Amino acid sequence: MTSTFLQFLFSGLTLGAIYALAGLGFSIIYNASHVINFAQGEFLMIGAMATVSLVGLGLPLELAIPLAVAIAAAVGVALARFAVVPAGDASVVTVIIITIGASILLRGVAQVVWDKEFHALPAFSGTVPISVLGATMLPQSLWVMGVSLAAILALGWFFGRTMAGKAMLAVSYSRLGAQLVGVPIRRVLLTSFALSAGLGAIGGIVVAPITFTSYEAGVMLGLKGFSAAVLGGLGNGLGAVLGGLVVGIAEAMSAGYLSSAYKDATAFVIILVVLFFLPNGLLGHKGSERV
Amino acid sequence: MKAYGSGLRTTLGAGALALALVLHPTAPDAAEPPIKIGAVLSVTGGASFLGDPEKKVLELFVDRINKDGGVKGRKLQLTVYDDGGAADKAASFTKRLIDSDGVDIIIGGTTTATTMAAVPLAEKAEIPFISLAGAVVIVEPVKKWVFKTPHTDRLAAEKVFADVKKRGLSKVALISEDAGFGKSGHDQSVLVAKDFGIEIVADEVYSPKDSDVTAQLTRLRNAPGVQAVFNFGFGQGPAIVTRNYQQLGITLPLYQSHGVASKEYIKLAGPASEGVRLPASGLVIADQLPAADPQKAVVTTFKKTYEDTYRMEASAFAGHAYDGLLIALAAIDRAGGTDKVKVRDEIEKTANFVGTGGVVTMSAKDHMGLTPDAFHMVEVRKGDWALLD
Amino acid sequence: MTSDVHASAAPARRGGLARALLRPRTGGLGLLALVIALLPLALPNAYAYDVAINAGLNAIVCVGLNLLIGYAGQISLGHAAFFGLGAYASGILTTRYGWPAPGALAAGAVLVGVLAFAVARPVLRLKGHYLAMATLGLGVIISIVLNTESWITGGPDGLMLDDLTVLGWTLAGDHTWYGIVGVTLLLTVWLALNLIDSPVGRALRALHGTEIGAQVVGVDTAHYKVLAFVVSAVIAAVAGSLFAHYAGMITPGKAGFMKSVELVTMVVFGGMASTFGAIVGAVSLTVLPQLLVAFEDYESIVLGLIMIGTMVFMRRGLFVTLLDLAKSWRRS
Repeated sequence: MTSTFLQFLFSGLTLGAIYALAGLGFSIIYNASHVINFAQGEFLMIGAMATVSLVGLGLPLELAIPLAVAIAAAVGVALARFAVVPAGDASVVTVIIITIGASILLRGVAQVVWDKEFHALPAFSGTVPISVLGATMLPQSLWVMGVSLAAILALGWFFGRTMAGKAMLAVSYSRLGAQLVGVPIRRVLLTSFALSAGLGAIGGIVVAPITFTSYEAGVMLGLKGFSAAVLGGLGNGLGAVLGGLVVGIAEAMSAGYLSSAYKDATAFVIILVVLFFLPNGLLGHKGSERV
Repeated sequence: MKAYGSGLRTTLGAGALALALVLHPTAPDAAEPPIKIGAVLSVTGGASFLGDPEKKVLELFVDRINKDGGVKGRKLQLTVYDDGGAADKAASFTKRLIDSDGVDIIIGGTTTATTMAAVPLAEKAEIPFISLAGAVVIVEPVKKWVFKTPHTDRLAAEKVFADVKKRGLSKVALISEDAGFGKSGHDQSVLVAKDFGIEIVADEVYSPKDSDVTAQLTRLRNAPGVQAVFNFGFGQGPAIVTRNYQQLGITLPLYQSHGVASKEYIKLAGPASEGVRLPASGLVIADQLPAADPQKAVVTTFKKTYEDTYRMEASAFAGHAYDGLLIALAAIDRAGGTDKVKVRDEIEKTANFVGTGGVVTMSAKDHMGLTPDAFHMVEVRKGDWALLD
Repeated sequence: MTSDVHASAAPARRGGLARALLRPRTGGLGLLALVIALLPLALPNAYAYDVAINAGLNAIVCVGLNLLIGYAGQISLGHAAFFGLGAYASGILTTRYGWPAPGALAAGAVLVGVLAFAVARPVLRLKGHYLAMATLGLGVIISIVLNTESWITGGPDGLMLDDLTVLGWTLAGDHTWYGIVGVTLLLTVWLALNLIDSPVGRALRALHGTEIGAQVVGVDTAHYKVLAFVVSAVIAAVAGSLFAHYAGMITPGKAGFMKSVELVTMVVFGGMASTFGAIVGAVSLTVLPQLLVAFEDYESIVLGLIMIGTMVFMRRGLFVTLLDLAKSWRRS
């Protein structure tokens, strides 16, 4: 009984950590521009697919990963430079549609550059399950959780302690105000896309040994990541992780105790109920609306 | 608007061509109109690993046959549309093939849903249609103009249950994907289980893109009396099921469906796939078939041709497209032209056609023409298939 | 204060309806009618009709959705679910329970209307991306139910429908359907234009500007948001019913998240807060993929580039930007 519950919990933690990593990238771009980047899932896909193909070329994993992250970050900067910055003061919805276009474009490029097959990355620390009280978990799940934790700490430090991070937050509060005090808006945007693309790529690479990857993998990761980020409270890294864990555990418990067909629905019902009582997510600030 | 303009031009062009043929009834072979083959495939989207090889096969072999002079002196002209796995797009593109491109025969419908969207259109337009999808509903009840090349999910379930029975087991737990292929396979499994004296003791589902199914597998493991597990699905899902199965340390026999009969599955699932059994067509185990097997020559040649060109494994799905194309062309050859009624009749008369999926003999009552013998039971051993029967 | 505006709005609305018919802005409606009437001359075959009919159905949904997104400023990532519910209501009631088609269509519309009304208050309290999330969740839940309850919906493989029969007449064939969809589109546009031109529309626009501002001057913002939400949902349901009968089948994918995103994209692509912009968006994004087929493997690359390019260079949408250009060109 206990071991069954524990197994469901482990399953939920694994899923939750994956969603959390997918969700973190949303908060960075949101902080800099209030835009939901619908191409965020594609950054995860690019990271994983690039790693797969670099490893296929004979590179060791330790070298392939940083290269893949750099590729994804470059794609992020290019997206910001050629599609988001030129849109200037377009409405948030317009920029969101641009990111939808970008996600279609990136999937299209991926299927031409790579292929339409599924690919697996080797697990970082083997596949011997860790057993606790009769329930098991793969070492890779711990990697995913560890990387999520490291990412929140790094983001907390970035937004709280560094000039670039503070500038980003300033832009999110008031674009004009930030501009007046000399914050280079353009550079802030480029940095935010580079950061979230790089972080997304790391996430995509760490989860690939569990979920596999393909040119379409970003769709599911993007949707779950968005859910996690909104449930947790947009722009809040800790919130995204908490949101991811809630969604993941809800899915696993529902599959375990209720019905596997309705596990995703259960997760969304929980999100709706939470938003009903906390309209700004679990950890979101009650923002004052500009009049 | 441009599309309509060009459509109009093609129509006019075709009209002019028809007129030219009427004016010159003894036109030389070169002026013979091409045989138009249309295909609607899921080249992108969730089923792209099925549709993409199907498209590659059609392109490769149409090109080769044309180089060899075509069929009855007429060249083949192939039009492929990608429905992205969406049923309504498949319907639109089928209309396009029928009304705008004026094709003589349609191959495709990668998935059951896209096929079923196209079926009423083909029936209404009275145009021969060869589906590449799995479910029984495509050919049962028999539809006059609709045929299919892959084995049905029912055949797969029967093959698996026969093997379960042979092992002296009778209590099976099902875990299936809650999308088209898995759901249809699940329903057929439940239907035929009784015939083999098999009891379904647990029944779980997962979504095609789920990352972890240990919760569902834990429930299966806890089902009272369970002796074997049968997973119906394709793509990454079955590989995740297999890995989670090992992670949980479940030692019951695990069966997969023909949906994962490619090396890709073994590659994705890794060592966890050792000992997994599944029904597979001759193509999958081409090199292990005994030399006396009627399929040996066909599957070996097809495999070599495809793999030399594309440098990737020829999956069973690629084979389905090959079988569909060859059955169609053989029928056109026997019919002496592209008269749709005659071609349909000839497809129905297909007998002892040796394809990659098995030996096909169709009839007015059977528009697939495969028997359970078309499947071989295989087991994963040391990262490769081992032939069991 | 709220109730004051409310009380005076009702009679003004009725007068507004009659007057709007004679207004110059109805000229747009006339032009649309002309285009719909003349387009068949340029449609060479059944396939071209099929594209036109699908474009028309998408346009109907987008005109409704634009009331919510463009005028009320509220985003919905779940409208495909309303479309799907309408379609499934028609499919299930006609094939499994032998209902007449018009009754099933009306029942679907009422069902969706009631559902939308029931969820509107709590959901529309949310703002921006949280609202997007809630509507997305709602849509996903509905599409999961449609996918799972195969005993009644046919599951992932979908549900087949018979031809549409009204009072003993079987409505089939591309020309008939072109007519049905064309007339429905005109009616929808007429309804939308009148709604926009009424005090309701003014209140909605005030809402889009700033919700607090609107509240301060006494607009019952929640009431109008709910109205826009319910109207757009019902329009989507009707379009769904028509689609189901036209296509002869409906699959859960039509109610899914990707379809919802596509609908929002159409509205923004054509130009928010413009009824004709929504139509242009729906038509261009329905026809475009058909044209891009020629690019084969590069299809999605080209589609993505066109979407990005259009939104970067025509920030207010294809139609609205071109209209503004035409106006300023005429002035100079």
